[in-house]
Amino acid sequence: MSAVLQNLVNQPYKHGFVTEIESDIAPKGLNEDIIRLISTKKNEPAWLLDFRLKAYQQWLKMEEPKWPNVKYRQIDFQAISYYAAPKPKKKLNSMDEVDPELLRTFEKLGVPMHERAALAGVAVDVIFDSVSVATTYKQKLAEVGIIFCSISEAVHAYPELVKQYLGTVVPVGDNYYAALNSAVFTDGTFCFIPKGVKCPMDLSTYFRINTEESGQFERTLIVAEEGSSVSYLEGCTAPRFDTNQLHAAVVELIALDNADIKYSTVQNWYAGDEKGVGGIYNFVTKRGLAKGANSRISWTQVETGSAITWKYPSCILQGENSVGEFYSVAVTNNYQQADTGTKMIHIGKNTRSTIVSKGISAGHSNNSYRGLVRIAPTASGARNYSQCDSMLIGDQCGAHTFPYIQVRNQNAKVEHEASTSKIGEDQLFYFAQRGIGNEEAVSMIINGFCKDVFQQLPMEFAVEATKLLGFKLEGSVG
Amino acid sequence: MIHQDSKTILEVSGLRAAVEGVEILKGVDLIVKSGEVHAIMGTNGSGKSTFAKVLAGHSAYQVTGGSVLFEGQNLFDLEPEERARAGVFLAFQYPIEIPGVSNSHFLRLAYNTLQSQRGKDELDPLEFEDFVREKMKLLEMNPNFLDRGVNEGFSGGEKKRNEMLQMALLEPRLAILDETDSGLDIDALRIVTNGVNKLANKDNAIILVTHYQRMLNYIEPDYVHVMRGGRIVKTGGKELALDLETRGYDWVGVERRVPASA
Ligand SMILES: Nc1ncnc2c1ncn2[C@@H]1O[C@H](COP(=O)(O)OP(=O)(O)OP(=O)(O)O)[C@@H](O)[C@H]1O
Ligand SMILES: [Mg+2]
Repeated sequence: MSAVLQNLVNQPYKHGFVTEIESDIAPKGLNEDIIRLISTKKNEPAWLLDFRLKAYQQWLKMEEPKWPNVKYRQIDFQAISYYAAPKPKKKLNSMDEVDPELLRTFEKLGVPMHERAALAGVAVDVIFDSVSVATTYKQKLAEVGIIFCSISEAVHAYPELVKQYLGTVVPVGDNYYAALNSAVFTDGTFCFIPKGVKCPMDLSTYFRINTEESGQFERTLIVAEEGSSVSYLEGCTAPRFDTNQLHAAVVELIALDNADIKYSTVQNWYAGDEKGVGGIYNFVTKRGLAKGANSRISWTQVETGSAITWKYPSCILQGENSVGEFYSVAVTNNYQQADTGTKMIHIGKNTRSTIVSKGISAGHSNNSYRGLVRIAPTASGARNYSQCDSMLIGDQCGAHTFPYIQVRNQNAKVEHEASTSKIGEDQLFYFAQRGIGNEEAVSMIINGFCKDVFQQLPMEFAVEATKLLGFKLEGSVG
Repeated sequence: MIHQDSKTILEVSGLRAAVEGVEILKGVDLIVKSGEVHAIMGTNGSGKSTFAKVLAGHSAYQVTGGSVLFEGQNLFDLEPEERARAGVFLAFQYPIEIPGVSNSHFLRLAYNTLQSQRGKDELDPLEFEDFVREKMKLLEMNPNFLDRGVNEGFSGGEKKRNEMLQMALLEPRLAILDETDSGLDIDALRIVTNGVNKLANKDNAIILVTHYQRMLNYIEPDYVHVMRGGRIVKTGGKELALDLETRGYDWVGVERRVPASA
C-alpha cells in the first residue's frame, strides 16, 4: 500500500567483532559452588559471599516475570557461564600496560580511552567483560575525596561503605533478574561523592560484553553525600553473536540531603540481525533513592540496541522536596522488543517527578512504555507530570503505553499526556518537494521528536545519540 | 509574458494518472514556456491538485499514460527530491505540519540543498538567518515563524505565506501554486501576489491553480485553462476567467464530456 514506507533494512552492526584474548571462563551453569568460585576468585569477604548466597536462595524460589510485553525463548540459566576474566599477563599499573589488543577494541568502538578522557575531561572506568582493567583519572578525583573505582576494588578498599549501601535500594530479592545479579555479579562501578563535593567532571564507564555465552552481570553503586553532585555517563556496545546473550545489571543510586545525581545512558548493544536472530537480552534493574531532603535523581536514557530491553529506571522520592526525573528515548527496529519506562514512588512531602518518554518503532519491532506513578498517603503536595509520545515508522511495528497511576493523597497532582504519531508519506513528500531526501527527512523528524530528551544529555553524548539514531534508522524508509 | 522564441519549460502530453486504481487524470495536454503565467481553473474534484502532485512526484499516484518533459528531460526519470532540485516547486493546497522540526532549520536545509545542487555556496545558520529575514520582509512575515515547528499550529493563511517564503528562497524554474489564494485575507492576498510578481521573470514560469478571478487581478495570466474530468477542456486568455466568474463552468467543454458509464 505504501510505496515510500517499506520494510526496514538495518545497517550492518558497526561494533561487531570479537577480541582475541585468552579468557578465564568458569564452567557453565549456576549453583552454590559456582557462586563460591566467583567469590573466591575475587577474594571476597565473607559478608559478600553471604549476600550472594542469600540472593541465590531467593532467586531459586522466584519465577521469571511474564508480564512484560515481550516474547522470547525460555532462557536456560544452566547454559550460561557466570564468570569470564581476561587473563592479564602481569599486574597493570598504567594504561600503557593494558593489552594492546584490548586497546584496539576500544579504538574500534570509538572509545580511544586516554584521548577521550583527556580531551573531554571524562574519567573512564573500563569494564571489559567482568573485570575492570583500567581506571583513569582516579588520582585527580581522589584529591577531592571522590571514590571512582570498580566495585571489586571498592569491596577491598572501602568495605564499610559498600556494605552500608549495597542492596539497600534494590534488595537482593527485589525481582528475578536483580536476585540473579546479586548472586553472580562479577564487577561494576562504585562511585562515592563525599559531602559538599561537586564532581569536577562527568564520570563515564564503557561497558562491553565480549565472551560469547557469558552473561554480564554488573553492579553499579553510586552514593552522593549531603550537598554533593555528580553526572554519570554509561555507554554500552557489544559485538555480534548469533546466540542471545543475557545482560542483567543492577544499578543503585543514593542521594542524601541536597545531593544531585544525574545518570545518562546510551545503550547500543547488538540488537540482532534484520531477521531477529541474535542480540542481547537486556534485563536491567536501575533504581535511585532520593533519600535526603531536596535531593534529586535524574535518569536520561537513549536505548537503541538489544534484542529485548526490559528496564525501568526508577526513583524513590523519600526526602521532602526531592525530585525525580526520567527522560527516555527508546528506538526499536527490525524485530527488536522494548518494554521500558519508569517508576516514580512519592513518599516525602512536596516531592516532584517528571517523566518524558519518546518511543520510536520501525520495522517489525514492538515498543512499550510502562510506567508507574505512586503517590503515598504521606506525600502531600506531590506532583507528577508525564508525557509519553510514540512514533511509528511504517505499518508493521507496534507502540504501546501502559501508564499506572496510584494516588493515595488528596493534595497531590498528577498529569499525564500521551500521543502517537506516524511518519507519513505526506510528510516525506513535503520534504522531498523541497529537495530533502527521505533519510534526511526521517532523521530531522526523529531528532525533533526526541529534542526534549536529547537536551538533557551532556553535549558529547547528545551528539553521539543523534548520530546513533540516524545510523539506526538508516534504510528504514525506502 | 508570451514570447515566440522563449524556451519550453514544461511539455505535458496525454498525461493519465490513477490513485488507488481510479483514473483521475485522463489525458492532460499543456505546454508552458519560460516567462509565462498559466492559470488552471475548474470545479472541485476535477483533478487540479492531482495534476500538481503528479508533476511533483507524489508516490500515491501512478502515471498510467502520456509523457511529461521538464526542460527537455523526462520528468518521470527523476525522484521527487530530484525534481525539486531541478527547479520544480509545488506550493501545497494543504501544507502539512511537521511538529518538532524547526521552520528555520527546515528552510535552511532546503535552501542549502538547492544551493549545492546549483554549485553555489551554502549558508551557515547565522548567514541564513539574515538572508531569510530579508525574504520574510518581502512577505511581511513575522520572524517568530522561524522558531516554530514547520507549519505547526500555523493558521491557514500563515501556512500559505510560509509556502511563498519557500518559493522565494528556492527560486524555482517552474512554480505550481495550488490555491495559494484560498485562506488569505485581502491584505495578505495583495502581499503574497506582490511577492510572486517580484519572483516572476523571463526565465521561469508559474502555474496558478485557483477558483477565483480575484487573484488574477493581481497576477496577470497569459493563459487560462479549464480542467474538467481530468482533462484541460478549454484554454483562453485572461478574459476566460472573467467569463467563468459570471457564467460558471457548466457551459465549458460540455461537448467533450464522457458518458458516466465509461
Ligand atoms: N487517495 C484518493 N483516493 C480516491 N480518490 C482520490 C484520492 N485522491 C484524490 N482523489 C479524487 O480525485 C479527484 C480529483 O481530486 P483533486 O484533489 O485533484 O481535485 P481538485 O481539482 O484539486 O479539487 P479542489 O478544487 O476541490 O481542490 C477527486 O474526485 C478526489 O476525490
Ligand atoms: Mg485541489
